[in-house]
Amino acid sequence: MSQQALIQARDLHKYYSVKTGFFQANQSLQALSGASFDLYAGQTLAVVGESGCGKSTLARLLTLIEQPTAGKLSLDGIDLANANKKDVAKQLRQTVQMVFQDPFGSLNPRQKVGDILQEPLIINTNLNADQRRQQVLAMMQRVGLRDEHIHRYPHMFSGGQRQRIAIARALILKPKIVVLDEPVSALDVSIQAQVLNLLIELQQELGLAYVFISHDLSVVRHIADQVLVMYLGKPVEQGASEAVFNNPQHPYTQALLSATPQANTGHKRKRIKLTGELPSPLNPPSGCSFHPRCQHAVAQCKTTTPVMEQHGDVSVACLLVK
Amino acid sequence: MTPLTTTTTSYSVRSQQWREFWFYFSVNKTAVAGLVFLVGVVLMAILADVISPHLPTEQYREFAEVPPAWMEGGQIRFFLGTDYAGRDMLSRIIHGARLSLIAGCIVVLMSASIGVLLGLVAGFRGGWVETIIMRIMDTIMAVPGLLMALVLVAVLGPGLLNAMVAIAITYTPSFVRLTRASTMTELNKDYVTASKVAGAGPIRLMFISILPNCMAPLIVQGTLSFSTAILDTAALGFLGMGAQAPLPEWGTLIAENRDLMLSAPWTVTFPGIAILLAVLAINLMGDGLRDALDPKLKRS
Amino acid sequence: MALLEITNLTVEFATAHGSLKAVDQVSLSLEAGDIVAIVGESGSGKSVAMLALMGLLPWTATITADQMSFDGKDLLTMNAKQRRAIIGKDISMIFQEPMTSLNPCFSVEYQISEVLAQHFGGNRRSHKAKVIELLEKVGIPAPETRLKAYPHQLSGGMSQRVMIAMMIACEPKLLIADEPTTALDVTIQAQILELLVELQEANGMALVLITHDMAVVAETADRVVVQYAGQQVEQRPVAELFNNPRHPYTQALLSALPEYAKGKTLNAIPGVVPGQLDRPVGCLFSPRCEHATDLCLSQPAPRIEGVLCHYPLPINTAAVIHTEAVS
Repeated sequence: MSQQALIQARDLHKYYSVKTGFFQANQSLQALSGASFDLYAGQTLAVVGESGCGKSTLARLLTLIEQPTAGKLSLDGIDLANANKKDVAKQLRQTVQMVFQDPFGSLNPRQKVGDILQEPLIINTNLNADQRRQQVLAMMQRVGLRDEHIHRYPHMFSGGQRQRIAIARALILKPKIVVLDEPVSALDVSIQAQVLNLLIELQQELGLAYVFISHDLSVVRHIADQVLVMYLGKPVEQGASEAVFNNPQHPYTQALLSATPQANTGHKRKRIKLTGELPSPLNPPSGCSFHPRCQHAVAQCKTTTPVMEQHGDVSVACLLVK
Repeated sequence: MTPLTTTTTSYSVRSQQWREFWFYFSVNKTAVAGLVFLVGVVLMAILADVISPHLPTEQYREFAEVPPAWMEGGQIRFFLGTDYAGRDMLSRIIHGARLSLIAGCIVVLMSASIGVLLGLVAGFRGGWVETIIMRIMDTIMAVPGLLMALVLVAVLGPGLLNAMVAIAITYTPSFVRLTRASTMTELNKDYVTASKVAGAGPIRLMFISILPNCMAPLIVQGTLSFSTAILDTAALGFLGMGAQAPLPEWGTLIAENRDLMLSAPWTVTFPGIAILLAVLAINLMGDGLRDALDPKLKRS
Repeated sequence: MALLEITNLTVEFATAHGSLKAVDQVSLSLEAGDIVAIVGESGSGKSVAMLALMGLLPWTATITADQMSFDGKDLLTMNAKQRRAIIGKDISMIFQEPMTSLNPCFSVEYQISEVLAQHFGGNRRSHKAKVIELLEKVGIPAPETRLKAYPHQLSGGMSQRVMIAMMIACEPKLLIADEPTTALDVTIQAQILELLVELQEANGMALVLITHDMAVVAETADRVVVQYAGQQVEQRPVAELFNNPRHPYTQALLSALPEYAKGKTLNAIPGVVPGQLDRPVGCLFSPRCEHATDLCLSQPAPRIEGVLCHYPLPINTAAVIHTEAVS
């Protein structure tokens, strides 16, 4: 059964023009260079990487906060480049929503929870006050909060409850795609587990597609179907989650996995030490961006930029992977 | 984290917030004293017709320049003495409270509403709109407040209303700056982005998302501007450019009795003390408000 | 004699809603060269206990303890001046947010020499060589070029290294690291943790690592203290704790990790950490504990064999957790 992908991204690029000095020409900050993927309903794509890898930029492109500088993006069959922005914007808003990282900052401290949840409905639908209220109460129950909570302000809730409110807000317009930017990173482990369980239940019940951005590899391994590993704006490895975790091919993925501590005193792994700092995105290294820190780098890595090539179940962008 | 009660209604949430606010505010005893005094002044102004012993405009020609009751030659009937025209000082000061408070309110309302609006637009839009607004405000701020007010009154003509408009214009830049700064800080926060993703337009973003979060510094600025407005109105009144005689505005009272400063000092001292106490009370209260509203000073 | 001896430390804060017991009867004993991890979630009081030790709590805090002594000196009765002589020199602390714990107005050199000048006298010039040596020790490449750098010019990892350099400048006997790597990327985290352990081995320093990340604990610590809602629930050597947790909270915490999930559902712990006003009458963990009995709900937990529980988990069967782990 061929089902159309909810997200079809081809070679997305995003460059920013940055002033670097008073009399100097603007420099180009390559925040995202060439991300491509397909995401189907009910699936989770995890985007993994460290600071400056472009995952937040990708989130902003997918939620239409910004436009890609180059590349094609189509959401639920609608190609963003061709469609007229005004009409499409409203429809797309009901297709893609976002959950943010910081449960303290993502809710307006001066609005009651009931109002926060009603806002998307007021803006996008023609429901009357009663109907809106019913939808809000239904959603509150769904995420495990009580009816009377709609009268409270965000600061009266714990971090985990706030994140539930954020999830409720994201889902109130019944989107098909939810972009989650580090949704559980700021939560305690025991609350993390509760919120992740909720997200998984909702995905199974509503057939949602998740784009899950995280730096926590153990969480990613648990929840993702596909993984996209990024470094300095470029994808370096991509494929089915099990394949990438069990047999990482790109040196950066290997280093990332080896640097992640495991809650297990049993075996001591050999750690691949990554020396040096992340280079500045304003001045990326020539050729392969990872070559200054890569222990397998050869002369060719400095001159030639690798492209993503399919090797079995995964795509890897590395000159040394054959 | 504020504790959750078992059942919550909208009313109980509000009252809990007021109680918490009062807890932080009441710690500062001078602020509470200021508040009490201010409430007293407001009551005095509202009930002026009732509590005032005489009419403020009634002249007792034979009792001109009578000293206060406790001094030699004074009478209980004219407790704070009388002025050059035989009008009771106490009654005039009580009625003057009305004018001063109204002047303060109107000035703050005018400057705050225009200032906040301009500040929101400047912070939100940025670009050349922001530049134009801020440069105009810079120009207004570059001229000393009272001088600017004098120039405006000279253009518009003397009178209490014109004085209020003039003073309001000189206070607008501080509101604009405060609001713009708060707007720029809040604009980067996640909840504003979340509203944008939900499709909120600029009006909703400005007034519903951002403005309520800028209120704390604005409230404090408003309170302190209130006291400064009373001072400035009095100053303009003293210079003859504000409230015109026979209005018993406190500054005007001092102006019209200026020549009696040495011979009948009570005619200028008591209006001066009234101004001093009112401004002091409002400033103390404003300090307390700022401490109570500042989240960093909160204890829990 | 132990380097650090804390017995029954209690910290209470005066708040708008009454008194909050952030730390409740916590005890810790350290020898030179120990690496101890203090693990807990928010509200566990792990940071507050160490801040109390350093004397860095606000005036609203009341600190009481049966004993709190460092290197033979009694910290409870010390005056501010004596305390300042020890803090920064013999006991140091590094914090979570490297970007905000360095003073943005002063250069790296200035800030490190400030610490040296405070405890050893002298000025910037006389300490320059030592500053360069310290920056090299913490792994900053080409340290001479970084002397004049300001904090905003440094990345997160670099700032944390500078912070570490500042804090080991006086060769402390005890270094307290409060979530030192939480704000950093994973590969940088690995580097910083390794650096801390290296420094600890080289100087024979005792290291207290405060974290919420069990994985970091497993790889770095010798001994673990688990805290919940201000109380110390368990204190064990690390391998024993992971293979054989004896307190239900520790067991629940470990099984809530994604590595130990069965299928798609994680073993979440229901409920939330008690706040100031909903402290349970009995054992603080009882509302969330799957083994709780009426006794647990009504009586505060006693300390049995070092575990704060009415029914500590037995020694053999708790090993079930580890064998099911997905490694």
